[in-house]
Amino acid sequence: MLIDNYFVTLHEFRKKRLRMENRSIVSIADYSKEKIQYLLDMAQEFERQPNRTILHGKVVATLFFEPSTRTRLSFETAANRLGARVIGFTDPKVTSSSKGETLKDTIKMVSNYADVIVMRHKLEGAALYASEVTDIPIINAGDGSNLHPSQTMLDLYSIYKTQGTLENLNIYMVGDLKYGRTVHSLLMSMRPYNPTFHFIAPKELEMPEEYKEYCKAKHIKYIEQQDFTEDTIADADILYMTRVQRERFTDLMEYERVKDAYILRADMLGKCRENMKILHPLPRVNEIEYDVDDSPHAYYFQQAQNGLYARQALICDVLGITLDDIRNEK
Amino acid sequence: MISEMKNKDLLVAALQNGSVIDHIPTDKLFTIVKLLELDKCEEPVTIGNNLESSKMGKKGLVKVSGKFFTDQDLSRLAVVCPNMRLTVIRDYEVVEKREIALPDTLINLVKCANPVCITNNEPMKTYFEVDKLKGLVQCHYCRKTQKLGNIKLI
Repeated sequence: MLIDNYFVTLHEFRKKRLRMENRSIVSIADYSKEKIQYLLDMAQEFERQPNRTILHGKVVATLFFEPSTRTRLSFETAANRLGARVIGFTDPKVTSSSKGETLKDTIKMVSNYADVIVMRHKLEGAALYASEVTDIPIINAGDGSNLHPSQTMLDLYSIYKTQGTLENLNIYMVGDLKYGRTVHSLLMSMRPYNPTFHFIAPKELEMPEEYKEYCKAKHIKYIEQQDFTEDTIADADILYMTRVQRERFTDLMEYERVKDAYILRADMLGKCRENMKILHPLPRVNEIEYDVDDSPHAYYFQQAQNGLYARQALICDVLGITLDDIRNEK
Repeated sequence: MISEMKNKDLLVAALQNGSVIDHIPTDKLFTIVKLLELDKCEEPVTIGNNLESSKMGKKGLVKVSGKFFTDQDLSRLAVVCPNMRLTVIRDYEVVEKREIALPDTLINLVKCANPVCITNNEPMKTYFEVDKLKGLVQCHYCRKTQKLGNIKLI
């Protein structure tokens, strides 16, 4: 007979996807303005008072199949400051995945213990798959070079906090625009706010065609340029710096030629707007000179601190804790 | 005229129960035979190629007795070659005649071309969304796209 698994499987997939939409945060690229604003308001609430007990009795699991000290510490601090307990691992070498356990089995096992899983994985799509195999919410803390929504959220919060709005801003992205997932996620998340992007990158690391296509399809204005000077950044509201990495180049001569062309120095800030802030996902190597740190435009360390509040908001949101619950907490 | 009649005879006659796949481009015939694993089929199978076709010039067709293909089987065929035609016969009657259309989603049919996609590293089903206009498929997990013409079946 013509019985096939096909429709059963399709149904199963849709069900899983629906479940995923309920709670997990795998991507925020298609979040509405209202949802973003809601999360920004929540982050602001946590900035006002980061130490709370609203997650008392909850267990947050941080599963770092790929090491990332900065992101892990930020999530764990967020959970601890909300009164939750944290379990997890920081290195897959010490877990059963090194013995050949599948991701699905690890997730299902940890789901028995925790209320929410924060996970980082080197494979693309890992967080989405994890969200399909468990009923507890998953927060994607980075899946390969694919997505990193909590970084995007803290970038949005930093922009919102420093500019007072997300609307109509000139956002300059500098450095490695080809492989930098943070710039791709930020680009997509800014879609509803009528931004103007300037992509400043060497030829080998320019913004990939698919994202330029995305901008065109969504009527997002962008300008591409290779010069990075005092004059070219004079109109920026946000200067989003990224690292130009040697290993990204096939032609090392090209690397030698451009490596110093995308370094921000304090003497380049003379003509910039008063409200301009410099963001960087960190860690930096040499792309921002240390003399910039003292400038009122430097914002990358506060940006990292904002990560704490943004992640507190994300953890609460996936656990179904509302902004009202947080405001009304005694 | 006579040859056309013979072609028609070949297409449906003498098949009590079974399936006919028609309008196969001649260069895809043996790919289709392989995908349907007709080399392992123990029922009577008729394979024709370079047959006259008013629509295509020349075409291939396969006729398999006692076999009814699942939608999953047919989707595999549509990925390789869209717009072929299926005829299902029961008790000498044509009970179904339709184009084998490419579905909107491909479940566990296509391998993702991205080596660092989770689907290539975990025992799991793949899931692709099809953009028929652009001729692309997109992995549901890593979101990478591939051209329909370049894809590898599982």
